[in-house]
Amino acid sequence: MFEIVNARELTNNIYLMDVKAPRVAKSCEPGQFVIVIMDETGERVPLTICDYDRKAGTVTIVFQTIGASTQMMAKLKKGDSFKDFVGPLGCASELIEEDIESLKNKKILFVAGGVGTAPVYPQVKWLKEHGIDADVIVGAKTKDMLILEDEMRKAAGNLYITTDDGSYERKGMVTEVIKDLVQNQGIKYDCCIAIGPMIMMKFVCLLTKELDLPTIVSLNPIMVDGTGMCGACRVTVGDEVKFACVDGPEFDGHLVNFDEAMKRQQMYKSEEGREILKLQEGDTHHGGCGHCGGEK
Amino acid sequence: MVIVSKKVPVREQDPKVRATNFDEVCLGYSKEEAMQEAERCLNCKNPKCVSGCPVSIDIPGFIQEVKNGNIEQASKIIGEASALPAVCGRVCPQESQCEGKCIVGIKNEPVSIGKLERFVADWARENNIKPERPAKTNGHKVAVIGSGPSGLTCAGDLAKMGYEVTIFEALHEPGGVLVYGIPEFRLPKAGVVAPEIDNVKALGVEIETDVVIGKSITIDELLEEEGFEAVFIGSGAGLPMFMGIPGENANGVFSANEYLTRNNLMKAFDSKYATPIITGKKVAVVGGGNVAMDAARTALRLGAEVHVVYRRSESELPARVEEVHHAKEEGVIFDLLTNPVEILVDDNGWVKGMKCIRMELGEPDESGRRRPVEIAGSEFELELDTVIMSLGTSPNPLISSTTKGLDVNKRKCIIADETLGKTSKEGVYAGGDAVTGAATVILAMGAGRAGAKGIHEFLSSK
Repeated sequence: MFEIVNARELTNNIYLMDVKAPRVAKSCEPGQFVIVIMDETGERVPLTICDYDRKAGTVTIVFQTIGASTQMMAKLKKGDSFKDFVGPLGCASELIEEDIESLKNKKILFVAGGVGTAPVYPQVKWLKEHGIDADVIVGAKTKDMLILEDEMRKAAGNLYITTDDGSYERKGMVTEVIKDLVQNQGIKYDCCIAIGPMIMMKFVCLLTKELDLPTIVSLNPIMVDGTGMCGACRVTVGDEVKFACVDGPEFDGHLVNFDEAMKRQQMYKSEEGREILKLQEGDTHHGGCGHCGGEK
Repeated sequence: MVIVSKKVPVREQDPKVRATNFDEVCLGYSKEEAMQEAERCLNCKNPKCVSGCPVSIDIPGFIQEVKNGNIEQASKIIGEASALPAVCGRVCPQESQCEGKCIVGIKNEPVSIGKLERFVADWARENNIKPERPAKTNGHKVAVIGSGPSGLTCAGDLAKMGYEVTIFEALHEPGGVLVYGIPEFRLPKAGVVAPEIDNVKALGVEIETDVVIGKSITIDELLEEEGFEAVFIGSGAGLPMFMGIPGENANGVFSANEYLTRNNLMKAFDSKYATPIITGKKVAVVGGGNVAMDAARTALRLGAEVHVVYRRSESELPARVEEVHHAKEEGVIFDLLTNPVEILVDDNGWVKGMKCIRMELGEPDESGRRRPVEIAGSEFELELDTVIMSLGTSPNPLISSTTKGLDVNKRKCIIADETLGKTSKEGVYAGGDAVTGAATVILAMGAGRAGAKGIHEFLSSK
């Protein structure tokens, strides 16, 4: 069992938890992810690592409630445990493999969208710890949906926040901020790391391709085991089919087939909908959707 | 003595009934049936069956005990060589191993060794016969990577010799392919696999789940920081292969590994579990091995019409004869001499069919099997909503890429010698699918035994 030593709701439907997992805390690096299982009948849920404390042996995860499993997870409190907490999985961010001195000469831009702010944070923090200030754009739907603002302010060089509805700081999409920085302010970035909803990463990549700005994205496709066994997480990158769990989760954003990846993310949408219905209706749930066989 | 020419038949669930449930197909022998079948054994002085067994069980020895009704003694004899008899009695390809070499089988049906082994193991479990833990350990620590057939066997053998063994398992349940791969209806998890794993634990073996070697910790760290003096790698097969044809990434195309893992390990068939699965109304399983049969029979039980699409003919099917026979009885349709060339996809990105081409058999290829050749102009379309690719696996690079000095071959399989499991790295041994590529449970167990022997020789000469 893996104890939750701290749990809080960051904002509406987005939760942060510090989980005691010494082996993972000891070996994880920015860019990697974990798989958690809530209880005996739970799914294997992949989540990116938001932070870690090697001394305390804890790993921080941030998740948004989307399906039935994450809704159940949201109910867990400090002192509760996950049945399983596996990792770190996937490859570490390429940044940390690079030579620090050459990295110091690079101008790096991070683009974080929504809950994607969580996996961006450890990379920005890691750079800060190595004396590198990176620029960070954080996009959220509204002010209420913004997460990790204080943490990001401490870790980032320049922080640009934008909200879709203009309820906080700038108004508009992250792509408009990129255009503003690169085209209006003439800042020359060497690389961009964009993590957020698939649709955001697609449009960031369309823009940065035009701007000739190399861009790395982190994908979160459907996966089961997360160790290379099932092949559910396959994505087309350039001419190759890659497994996000072992080859990724970070890829060259200009080569990713986002349309295919987005379709694949929808694969279990109707099954998930039924699970949520089952959860909401509790004992009164009896099928009735005509598919789940609950009336048999 | 006159030998009864046929095996005592084994009771099975009716095909029509079992096609709709996940309960075990084969019901096994009763004690009377087992004793009757044991009468057919000649108790040969030079038993060929033993040489056909990858873990060299004293087959005539245990069968004589069954004949006399001493089932507990029979289970002890099997236990000397095998840690997983209830598993092996169910999934070994006996027809090409022990039973394939049985002298009785020359003129009659061979002795039903597999079913007798299964009976003995089931009887021992039902009567709570547990292996005995060694009185004390020898103080040497050994790490085993993977809790599948090779890892469990290696760990069990080492524990019996007095070693302190810890198994590291990447998934959340121990058992490897016995749990994620082979379906419930062939190998019940709670009833058969879990008790055999408990027997290994009863020998003193510790199992730590949720540890991905190469990620959570490396082999070098196990040796240098955690005090292990030797490591056995039994990490299993690896990444599923696909055909590389157009449309293969469409929604509704799965690897057999994914489909079976969702259903077996994650129990998607049981509504209590949260795991989703696409059941499909009309499913094609591409491939002809045991895994393909497992996927096909699983899809059938989830309510689909199932077609096995295989490019050669029936006699080349790599699956066990019994599995093919069971699949047919249950209603799986075999589209033989047929090869997919494209997955047809609808506007929403879902599978709507598969374009195939008919094949004929030409000259034998390197494998000795006649090479399938396309018949020009014979393309046709199958209407489908789900495709399961069961084409084998390629090795997982997680361990080989993170372990200093561990050599792999051209196919990226770990290089290890057959008799002792020795790899290029001192103190590191390996066996099972990680070395051979996808093979059988019993071959992996044989390699686990070899690894245990190798590690014992290495540590006792240190």
